[in-house]
Amino acid sequence: MTSQIRIALRNCGIIDPEQIEDYIARDGYIALAKVLTELSPETTIDIIKKSGLRGRGGGGFSTGLKWEITRKVQAAQKYVVCNADEGDPGAFMDRSILEGDPHSVLEAMAINGYCTGGSKGLVYIRAEYPLAVERLKIAIKQAKEYGFLGENILGAGFNFDIEIRFGAGAFVCGEETALIHSMEGLRGEPTVKPPFPSEEGYLRKPTNVNNVETYANIPVILNKGWEWFSSIGTEKSKGTKVFALAGKINKVGLIEIPMGTTLREVIYEIGGGIQNGKEFKAAQTGGPSGGCLTKRHLDIPIDYDNLIAAGSMMGSGGLIVMDEDDCMVSIAKFYLKFTVEESCGKCSPCRIGNKRLLELLEKIVQGNGTMEDLDKLRNLSTVIKDTSLCGLGQSSPNPVLSTIENFYDEYSEHINKKKCRSGVCKALMQYLIIPDNCIGCTLCARNCPVNAITGERKQAHLIDQEKCIKCGACMEKCKFNAIIIN
Amino acid sequence: MAKVKLSEKKLDELKEVCKSFNNDKGELINVLHKAQSIFGYLPAELQEIIAKELHTSAAHVYGVVTFYSFFTMTPNGQHPISICLGTACYVRGAEKVLEEFKRTLNIQVGETTPDGKFSLSCLRCVGACGLAPVVLVGEKVYGRVSPDGVKDIVAEYNN
Ligand SMILES: Cc1cc2nc3c(=O)[nH]c(=O)nc-3n(C[C@H](O)[C@H](O)[C@H](O)COP(=O)(O)O)c2cc1C
Ligand code: SF4
Ligand code: SF4
Ligand code: FES
Repeated sequence: MTSQIRIALRNCGIIDPEQIEDYIARDGYIALAKVLTELSPETTIDIIKKSGLRGRGGGGFSTGLKWEITRKVQAAQKYVVCNADEGDPGAFMDRSILEGDPHSVLEAMAINGYCTGGSKGLVYIRAEYPLAVERLKIAIKQAKEYGFLGENILGAGFNFDIEIRFGAGAFVCGEETALIHSMEGLRGEPTVKPPFPSEEGYLRKPTNVNNVETYANIPVILNKGWEWFSSIGTEKSKGTKVFALAGKINKVGLIEIPMGTTLREVIYEIGGGIQNGKEFKAAQTGGPSGGCLTKRHLDIPIDYDNLIAAGSMMGSGGLIVMDEDDCMVSIAKFYLKFTVEESCGKCSPCRIGNKRLLELLEKIVQGNGTMEDLDKLRNLSTVIKDTSLCGLGQSSPNPVLSTIENFYDEYSEHINKKKCRSGVCKALMQYLIIPDNCIGCTLCARNCPVNAITGERKQAHLIDQEKCIKCGACMEKCKFNAIIIN
Repeated sequence: MAKVKLSEKKLDELKEVCKSFNNDKGELINVLHKAQSIFGYLPAELQEIIAKELHTSAAHVYGVVTFYSFFTMTPNGQHPISICLGTACYVRGAEKVLEEFKRTLNIQVGETTPDGKFSLSCLRCVGACGLAPVVLVGEKVYGRVSPDGVKDIVAEYNN
């Protein structure tokens, strides 16, 4: 049986997040105290580097290295930012950490300030998370009362304060340069990197941006040592990752697994298998920037590099499971629609290119696609990836490329046979009555909103395909399983 | 468009808010959040006042308001209904639920019913994926909503 290890989620559900005493009782603020009184910033950064911790916000950049870079930039003022924008639709790891254990993030931000030379922390959080905001506010207040935030923290001559900034519903604001512009009160449009935020960020000052879960790991690493942390995981991905398991799986919810756990263990052991005994088809990681993993990938150890090699990515931790009833062309279309709505519009490959990709996908699900469209999808995807300004555009075609790669048959069926095997694409489907099962009860005919069903009582009925609007009412009503989708 | 008459009392409250943020235009998004919670929405007239208070242009304020989906320039219904169209909810049939709301209320997304009672909008993941598909009415969360359950939800607010 695969076990979960709780590092980032160590306190969630165990402590009362509104009581700082609970956090302190579980080694809270000990790491901060130790760092301030015993360790130099350089030594602390070295521990983080050696632990092998990589950013949990999606990119997987070495956290220690990022801290070191920010530290080395000379500036009178630096900022420490926590990215709690969590825009990936279908993910709620960061929310759970902030709601269940806000102090772990505050403590880590203060440690980061000590290491990089920042005296001001900012948490950028989605306005859609009111409870998390409330808990953060309470936590900040309590930490100030205890002297873990504010002036001359623990008498060590270090000053650090934290404020909250609100997002306002724009996915692109999770991208760090866009996030910084949003905090400055501007439209959240990304800018070209370099300069990276660690060199020139909030108010043009060096700014260390890390994800919520990344921060939540920091105090534990300092308390238990880098050797302990780096003993968990795979060669290049250390520690654990929190995933939000969702979709067609029996046990939905948050899980925290050691890096290197396989998808099979996640789905069949931890997740309790697919709902209603259906067959597993795919799992999407990395949200709209990621790709899908299939049966072929069930046994590869999940880590940053393996997921990229499999055509997906770690992302922030959304893991959506799909079964035989999900149409992969429609899934690709779903993500593309998201990207088109969320593209900030600043650069044309993303703004226009994704729209064209979406149109091609719509053409295919309508049954009007050609094989040439598949080539167009592939070519355009490559151009968008290569030429977009920010990570949103650079990764937005991934769901398209990965579904074409893994589910080529489904695409070609939509195109050549005008068939959607999952029965999702309405334009391609037909409701049919099996004469042998139909007892002629007339229930379906009476429920059809457009009177598309004809037939005498006690005789097999028939659906007029010209009239049928594919609402499914007849199939729902029929008690004899006489109506099927073709 | 007809001029919107804004209540003096609320405007005073808004000016206090601006002052509490030092009339700093860097705080625009914070101010807009407060303004929207005071007025319910952000009509053009209000944006002009905010621009003046924060010493910036109305165009800048408008640019920010229209960039973020959280900000709205039309008043919501008394009971704003939001349907989550995040991935988990989508996979579990949120689109059908949305269609059913559209049909039941006879409005499109972004619209308000003529009696001002309900408005319809879509959300991205509200962080309750375990309950997918999720619907919010005001602040109340409804989980595992099926198209059949839509009528009951609407009925709860319809008397
Ligand atoms: C379109 C886009 C959306 C992003 N959304 C998030 C997000 O919601 N949360 C997050 O922590 N990082 C997000 N990122 C990654 C950030 O830009 C940044 O790399 C990250 O916050 C750095 O923290 P880390 O090194 O601790 O992961 C996003 C990136 C892109 C391109
Ligand atoms: S890639 Fe898309 S989201 Fe990023 S800057 Fe260009 S238009 Fe904006
Ligand atoms: S699917 Fe709807 S429209 Fe078509 S035959 Fe059945 S009830 Fe009538
Ligand atoms: S996708 Fe709907 S709550 Fe997460």
